[in-house]
Amino acid sequence: MISLCLDKVSLGYGKRTVLYNISLEAKPGEMLGIIGPNGSGKSTLIRGITRLISPSSGQIFLDGHDAATMSRGDLARILAVVPQNSALPELFTAFEVVLMGRTPHLGLFRYEGEKDLAIVRRAMEATQTAAFAERRIGELSGGERQRLTIARALAQEPKIILLDEPTAHLDINYQMETLDLARQLCLEQELIVVTTLHDLNLAAQYCDRLVMLSDGEIYCHGTPEVVINTQAIKEVYGAEVYVYPHPVNDLPATLIAPEKDRNKLRQKSM
Amino acid sequence: MALELLKDTTIPKTTTVYPLRWRSRVYAIVGLVLVLGVVMVVTSAIGSTDIPLSTLSEVLLAKLPFVEVKPTWATSVETIIFDIRLPRLLLAGLVGAALAVAGATYQGLFRNPLADPYLIGVAPGAALGAVIGFLLPVSWQAASIPLLAFAGALLAVAVVYSIARVGKTLPMTTLILAGVALGAFLAAVTSYLMIASGDKLHGIISWLLGTFSLTSWWQVAVVIPYIALGTIIIWLHSRPLNVMQLDEEQAQQLGINVEQVKLILLGAATLITAAAVCFCGIIGFVGIIIPHAVRLVWGPDHRFLLPLATFAGASFLILADTAARTVLAPTEIPVGVITAFLGAPFFLYLLRQKKRAIF
Repeated sequence: MISLCLDKVSLGYGKRTVLYNISLEAKPGEMLGIIGPNGSGKSTLIRGITRLISPSSGQIFLDGHDAATMSRGDLARILAVVPQNSALPELFTAFEVVLMGRTPHLGLFRYEGEKDLAIVRRAMEATQTAAFAERRIGELSGGERQRLTIARALAQEPKIILLDEPTAHLDINYQMETLDLARQLCLEQELIVVTTLHDLNLAAQYCDRLVMLSDGEIYCHGTPEVVINTQAIKEVYGAEVYVYPHPVNDLPATLIAPEKDRNKLRQKSM
Repeated sequence: MALELLKDTTIPKTTTVYPLRWRSRVYAIVGLVLVLGVVMVVTSAIGSTDIPLSTLSEVLLAKLPFVEVKPTWATSVETIIFDIRLPRLLLAGLVGAALAVAGATYQGLFRNPLADPYLIGVAPGAALGAVIGFLLPVSWQAASIPLLAFAGALLAVAVVYSIARVGKTLPMTTLILAGVALGAFLAAVTSYLMIASGDKLHGIISWLLGTFSLTSWWQVAVVIPYIALGTIIIWLHSRPLNVMQLDEEQAQQLGINVEQVKLILLGAATLITAAAVCFCGIIGFVGIIIPHAVRLVWGPDHRFLLPLATFAGASFLILADTAARTVLAPTEIPVGVITAFLGAPFFLYLLRQKKRAIF
């Protein structure tokens, strides 16, 4: 069984440490959300797990292997990333970009075979991108490009998918669609899905467990009910909000109000 | 979401239109190879002495093993074809191929449509080396000019590379800036030497503009291994180069060892460019318009772009050199003048035709 495990990992850029002693674990079929304010180190954590930066201390284990000892190719066969605002080359077609997901499975001398094309086609159908497979990237909207990078990640046939702010710049329907897809993949394919999110409501609704980062450290982690509460959000984000149980599933729903109504909100949350 | 599709492990036999589009690009490669062959045969018949195609084909056939053709032509015809025109057009073809494939590689590596093979120091390095070569005693020049041009090109790129390198990584923007800055410095030295060169100035200027006028077989033999090896290395890295069009981080996340690929491709492209310019001078424009023209017509996939640019570049420079030696015969026009004079309008026409993003 595949697993992702961080053991006291510290990450940073040069001499500046951004994350201190992060330990966490994720199992297949589980969707783990990373939340925290801007600058708390969410993206740095993703970059560390994908080894774009190496830990200054601690170890990252993928499937029991120390990630630092794996080749880039081995890593890419286990781990796929959907980056935030991924830059895609405008002249390539959607299909060609998704096909790039097969890269870790192909050597220098091999062209994509029937099997690779079939995997790519299925990934595109699952993400509803097949309809514009032949169009050039330059002609596609932000939401379409975002779904393409998810299709590309699926084409890698990974065991772990990391999503960095997958819902940023998406309309609410695509936010839900994207996370529905992630959740479905997680459950049906027994994948580990780790996603950073800035929307606390999406995080509460879609993730099994949440890790809340604050100033480079884990402020708390656990189920959404444990992590998301008025007190924690006030301390970590410095924002006054009202957390109320969701009418359908009792998961914490975060409500906000403009300054003139905030007093009423405060009284409600008492 | 049609997620159950992902679990479908049966692989459909029917193919999308994609493999078909690949096939058309493969046909395009074969087509360009054929065009190159025709260009070589036809241009070897054109010149100060026009040789009828029938005579030309007999002369060529006679050189093939197991074919016996009774010589009906003067021996001078054979000399013109084999000792003068053939080496010249082969060198022009090799140089055109090298510049075009190196240009496509640099544009891909830097993800910048303005990149050309001379961007990070090859041209100013080679120019300075060649000018120093011109200032040496005349009896040394045949060897000293190409040798110093070659060494100057590689040395300049090596200096730019070591300045731009930060630890284990090579930031591409720093590389370009370092290349431009060192280039300006070397160009200043070159200009000073040119002013001080006196009666050698004419030779220097015609070298700098590029010319194939003094080509012989040994030059072809010297250049072939570098260009062939470098081109093959570049072709083999076309998929990593495609993936690097995303950006460096995504390429790494897709399993590409980005720093290693950058080093290999920069090395190979620099080597073939240095080999290309060392005998014939700084021929401009081929390395920038041929890759763009190919990209406009056949798309940005480097697996097709690189070979297509190679063969298109070879044909283009052979044609340009033929024009250079025939238009004002017996005066030779520097081939660099022709490439810009013919190439620029053609490229502008292509841009106008497509009217869409080109990179």
